[in-house]
Amino acid sequence: MALANVFETPAPGFNFDNAGRNAALKGLFDGGKTPKPMKTGTTIAGVVFKDGVVLGADTRATSGEVVADKMCAKIHYISPNIYCCGAGTAADTEKTTDLLSSNLTIYSLNSGRNPRVVMAVNILQDMLYRYHGQIGANLILGGVDCTGSHLYTVGPYGSVNKVPYLSMGSGDLAALGILEDGFKPDLELEPAKELVRAAIQAGIMNDLGSGNNIDICVITKQGVDYIRPYRESQFKDKRKTKYKYPPGATPILTEKVVPLKLEVVQETVQKMETA
Amino acid sequence: IVPVAGFSPQGAYGVQDSLRSGFTSVKNELLPSHPLELSEKNFQLNQDKMNFSTLRNIQGLHAPLKLQMEYRAARQVIQRLPFLQSSNLALDTLRNSDESIGFEDVLNDPAHSEVMGEPHMMVEYKLGLL
Repeated sequence: MALANVFETPAPGFNFDNAGRNAALKGLFDGGKTPKPMKTGTTIAGVVFKDGVVLGADTRATSGEVVADKMCAKIHYISPNIYCCGAGTAADTEKTTDLLSSNLTIYSLNSGRNPRVVMAVNILQDMLYRYHGQIGANLILGGVDCTGSHLYTVGPYGSVNKVPYLSMGSGDLAALGILEDGFKPDLELEPAKELVRAAIQAGIMNDLGSGNNIDICVITKQGVDYIRPYRESQFKDKRKTKYKYPPGATPILTEKVVPLKLEVVQETVQKMETA
Repeated sequence: IVPVAGFSPQGAYGVQDSLRSGFTSVKNELLPSHPLELSEKNFQLNQDKMNFSTLRNIQGLHAPLKLQMEYRAARQVIQRLPFLQSSNLALDTLRNSDESIGFEDVLNDPAHSEVMGEPHMMVEYKLGLL
């Protein structure tokens, strides 16, 4: 009887109670539609050039058939020399890259060294394999470290690919066509940026899930250049977010002043103690 | 599909407490409803087993035995009352998980749990007086 009060705290980490609830409720409400998680139907691409890595992404986040975010930031910071583009479920890519960034920061604080791209890839691979693809994160990791410039892709089940040029997301086939056509080893900076831009543009034009602006991130040994936005969509609406009017904008037609009659009812004087 | 223990109702006398644990379904009590539920429940145990067996193969039997003794000592937390949460710092240091962040540090942190066991009952249960 009293055992009902002996409480065991639930284990930290993921809690699967709701899965049980959903299974129990399955037969009860027919035709009930579950809300869709916000996915980034996306085009992301990366290219290794002579001095480093160029990463590019579009900025549209969709939730079903509606555009949920027009200025979504898909290029996430991992460490000063490593950035990661994320496609798939938006929350999953955000959280996974955040955890990865925290782990690498702890490592670099402990050892005093800049993290390497392989370390980020290994951490991600372990984390994503543990959850057997339930975390929907397709990531492109690019960075420059002491061993050179690297570009990796990590799939949701933990698969890893190391290639000189890549694209992921729903617009990856369109972008990959442009990359296959234009890629040459040891490109210069400007042609590399132009290639990535053209690849993302192809993804935007030919895929419904990608759109709006193009973000570019250039990582070299000297530093990082995060250009957001690199190209703005020509259909961007000019909405003002502040609607404050300057004083004097409204013309005054008539003015009537009515003085309020006040009577002094009670007056008390309290002396202040100034010592 | 093999039924797994540990999914029976958590309320008093084994009856489902709908208010606290939600709806019942016989399928839920026999099988896990999420593909990850089983593997996550046993993840830490399996990792430890794997690490200990590797250590045994490399360094001999004494190494995992000594480590397991230290784990047991760190897990005991003798001074703390049963209804209070412990940060398990000694255990984390032994396992080297004090230098990494995972989902178990971010989600469902037991230190932020909104419910607590009834203190008197928990102490009586621990002392065997119940």
